[in-house]
Amino acid sequence: MTRMIDRRALLAVGGAAALAPWLPLWARPVSLGLPTVSGTDIRLKIAHRMLTIDGRTSHAIGINGTIPGPLVRLREGTTARLHVENALDEDSSIHWHGLILPFHMDGVPGISFPGIAPGTTFTYEFPVQQSGTYWYHSHSGLQEQLGHYGPIVIDPAGPDPVEHDREHVIVLSDHSPMHPHVIFKKLKQMGGYFNRQKQTLGGLIAGEDQTLGERLRWGAMRMDPTDISDVTAAAYTYLVNGHGPQDNWTGLFRPGERVRLRIINASAMSIFNVRIPGLKMIVVQADGLNVRPVTVGEFQIGVAETYDVIVVPEDRAYTLVGETSDRSGMARATLAPRAGMTAPVPPLRKRPLATMKDMGMGAMGGMDHATMDHGAMDHGGDHGAMKHSMRDMDLAPTVKDTPAVQSISPMAVDRTGEAGQGLEDVEDALTYRDLVALDRNPDTRTPSRSMEIHLTGNMERYMWAFDGVKMNAVKDPIPFRLGERVRVTLVNDTMMTHPIHLHGHFFELVTGKGDHAPRKHTVNVQPGGKVTFDLTADAPGDWAFHCHLLYHMHAGMMQVVTVRAPEDAA
Amino acid sequence: MSMIALLFAAAQPPHAGHVPPPALACTPDHAAMGHCTMPEPPAASPPPSSGCTAEHAAMGHCKSDTPSAEVADPHGSHDNPPGNEAAPAPPRVDAADTIFGADAMRGPRERLYAEHGGGKFSKLMIDEAEWRAGQGSDGYAWDAEAWIGGDIDRLVLKSEGEGAFGGDFEGGEAQALWSHAIGPYFDVQAGVRQDFGPGASPTHAVLGIEGLAPYWFEVEGALFVSHKGDVTARFEASYDQRITQRLIAQPMAEADFAMQNVTETGVGAGLSSIELGLRLRYEFVREFAPYVGVVWERKIGRTARLARSAGEDASRPSFVAGVRFWF
Repeated sequence: MTRMIDRRALLAVGGAAALAPWLPLWARPVSLGLPTVSGTDIRLKIAHRMLTIDGRTSHAIGINGTIPGPLVRLREGTTARLHVENALDEDSSIHWHGLILPFHMDGVPGISFPGIAPGTTFTYEFPVQQSGTYWYHSHSGLQEQLGHYGPIVIDPAGPDPVEHDREHVIVLSDHSPMHPHVIFKKLKQMGGYFNRQKQTLGGLIAGEDQTLGERLRWGAMRMDPTDISDVTAAAYTYLVNGHGPQDNWTGLFRPGERVRLRIINASAMSIFNVRIPGLKMIVVQADGLNVRPVTVGEFQIGVAETYDVIVVPEDRAYTLVGETSDRSGMARATLAPRAGMTAPVPPLRKRPLATMKDMGMGAMGGMDHATMDHGAMDHGGDHGAMKHSMRDMDLAPTVKDTPAVQSISPMAVDRTGEAGQGLEDVEDALTYRDLVALDRNPDTRTPSRSMEIHLTGNMERYMWAFDGVKMNAVKDPIPFRLGERVRVTLVNDTMMTHPIHLHGHFFELVTGKGDHAPRKHTVNVQPGGKVTFDLTADAPGDWAFHCHLLYHMHAGMMQVVTVRAPEDAA
Repeated sequence: MSMIALLFAAAQPPHAGHVPPPALACTPDHAAMGHCTMPEPPAASPPPSSGCTAEHAAMGHCKSDTPSAEVADPHGSHDNPPGNEAAPAPPRVDAADTIFGADAMRGPRERLYAEHGGGKFSKLMIDEAEWRAGQGSDGYAWDAEAWIGGDIDRLVLKSEGEGAFGGDFEGGEAQALWSHAIGPYFDVQAGVRQDFGPGASPTHAVLGIEGLAPYWFEVEGALFVSHKGDVTARFEASYDQRITQRLIAQPMAEADFAMQNVTETGVGAGLSSIELGLRLRYEFVREFAPYVGVVWERKIGRTARLARSAGEDASRPSFVAGVRFWF
C-alpha cells in the first residue's frame, strides 16, 4: 500500500518540479522529496559537496550527493546490508540512530568499530527487527553538522496500525556556513558567543524581561536566563529536508487525505517547537515506536528524537513551523494541495527566559519568577543551597567536584509533565506524560537496582560532562549486566535542555503508564529537571551514551555503557 | 564485512547482538525475527478497554483513550520500587576487540576518548589598543592577554604598557603564566613577569588569580616578587554593561599596592596608584569593537609625592579611543 502511495506522491511532486526545470534545485517552487534507497544491498557514498541554502553556498558533506542523505527504506523481518563508501579525506562512519542491532554494527568509531578509513567501504549487516521512523548520521568528529545525516523508514512486516493515505518525511536540521570546528572554538572562547538575545539595559528601561532585583539575584549566581541555546540563528539557517525557509520545501497532499508526517530532528544543536497553524496534529509514534494517538497543537522535538503525526488538511496551504526553543529562528516548510501555494509564516514569538525551576529549584518552580522575592528563597530549606549556593556538592555525592560543574540542582523535579522551554504558555502542547505505548512493554519486571546520572556543565568554560567527568577524563564505563533491568534517573544540573541518547536500546519512561510506558531511544531532560526510565540491558557489547547536542558531546558529555553477561564482567 | 558479521554470529550463537534476558518472554521483536512464536497476536492490538484503534482515531472516527489517564496494570514494573542490588564491576571497554582485533580498535578508541572533552584551544584578546589624549602630549596604551591549552591547564601570556607619541615609552610588561582551573569560575596563575622600558626593568615571580566573580565581574589579582625581593600587588575588576546587544559600557578599576618603597620605579609603600576607566564599545561583530572612553590615573600617597617631586602629575585624566579585538 505504501508503495502505491509513494508513486502517487512522486507523480504529483514530479509534475510540479517539471514546471520549472531551468531553476536551480533550491529555487524550485516545489522541492523534490529525498531520493529513496531500498532493497537487500544498499550503497551509500559519503563525499564532500557544496550546499546552497537560501541562495548562499558553503562546504558540506552529502550522502549519495544529497543533504540530507537519501531515505533508507527497510522492511521489518529482512536483513539490511548497507555498503558505505567513504570518499572524504578523513575517517567517517554511519550510526543507525534508534536501530536495534549487534553492537559492532552500531557505527561509533572507537566503541563499535574502528571507523571507515578514507577510500574504503564498510558493509553494515544486521537483521531488521523493528519498524518506524529513524535516522542515520556520522559519529565521527563534527561531520554531522556538515550535512552527514539522513532519514530511515522501516515498514512493518505486517499491516501498519497507523493508516494513512500519504506520507512525507520531514528532516529538520541546522546548517551554518561557519565550519563546525570554528563554532566549537568560539563556544570555548566565549560561551555566550551566539546569544544575541541577552538582557540589556535598554530592555530594563523599557520594562522588558527580568526586573532589576531579579537581574541582580541571577547575576549573584552568575546565571544567564537568556541562555537557552548555545548555537542560535546568529550562526544557523534551519532546514526542512535540506531547504532553508526561503527555499520553502513544499509537501503536496489532496484535501481530506490523512497525511503522515515523519518528523526527525537531525540538528546538531537545535531543539524545535513544531506546529502547523490551522492544523491539529495526531501524534501516533515517538522515536519509531507507536503510541496511542494523542492530538496536540504543538510539540517540542529534541535533537535526535522523531515523532510521527497524522494531519488531515483541508483545501488550503499550511505553514509547517519549526521554531527553535530559544526562538531565534525557525525552520519553515509548506504543506499545500497545489504547487506554488503558500500560507502566512507566523513571526517568531518572544524568547523565553529561564526560571528558578530551570535552575533546579523545583519546589520554587510553581512561583512566577517575576514575583519571586528573595525571602522566599531563604525559607526554602535548611541547606545553604537556597542561599545563592547553586553548587552544594553534598547534594550530589556521585558527582565529582570539577570545574565542569557550574551548579548542582538543589531540588530537581520530574518535568515530564511539562512541554519544554518556550511552550509554558501553549495549552495543547505535547508532554512526555501524554505518551502511552500502543504495544505492551516487552519487559515489565521490577528493576533490580537503580542509579542516578547527573548532567553537568559549565557555560563559562563550555565544559559538559556526566557526573562532572568529561569523557576524556573518564576512567570506567557505566556497567550493566546482560539481561538486568535497572531504573536510571537522569538529573539535569544545568540550565539547558539535554537530549540524552543511549545506543542499542529502548528504555521505558517512568511516567505512570504501567506496562504501556512509552519507549524511547532519546529523552529530553529539561533544565533543572529529572527523568527516570527503566532499562533492560538486553544488547551485549559496548554502546555509546551521550547528549545529542553535538558540541556538548564533543565537549565531553559522553560515556560508554557496557552490557556484559555476568560471568564476563570482571 | 559480512564475513565478520558471520564470525560474530558464530561466536554468539543465540541471537547475534540481541540476546534476550533469561527472564524475558518472547518479544514482538524476536517473534518478527522468527526466533520464537508469540503466544498471542503481536503488536497493533488496541487496548481492550477502548474500541478506538489508532487508525480510527487517526481518521478522526473516534477519540482514543485520553492518554494522560494512568494505565492500571498490577504487573507493570513501574508500580514497585526497584531493588537494591549492587552495580557490577566496570569491565574494560573492549567488546569490539573480539570482532575487529585489539590492534585495529586501539587507535580509534584512544582518539574517541581524547576527542570528546580533550580538545586544545586558544584565544588572543587585545582588550585595549588605544590612543590617550590628556594634558600634554598624546599617548598610547595596550592591554592584551592570550591563552592556549585545554579546559583546565593553559599557558597564559599577558602584556600591557603605555607611552607618548613622539615622546618617551613609559613602560610595559609581559607575563608568561601557567594557569590552572581551581573551580568553575577561577584560575590560579603562576609564572614570570618581565618589565621593560626606560630605567629599571625588573623581573618578577607572579602568583595570581583570575576569573568571574558574582554579579558578572571579571576580576584579576596578582602578587609580584621582583628579583630584588620587592613585593607588589595589583587588583583589577571590570564589568560589561550591555546597553543593547552590541553597545556595551565597560567600567573598570585597577589598584596597585607595594609592600615597601621601590625607589627605582618611584613607588611608595602602601596603595600606590589607582586607575579608573569607562569605555563604551560597539561590537560590529563579537570579535571587533571600536570604543571611546575616559581613563583617570591617580598616584596615591608617597608614590604621588615622588611623582610630584620628579615634576610629574600625580593625577592624569585622559580621553581614550581605541579598538578591542580578539580571535
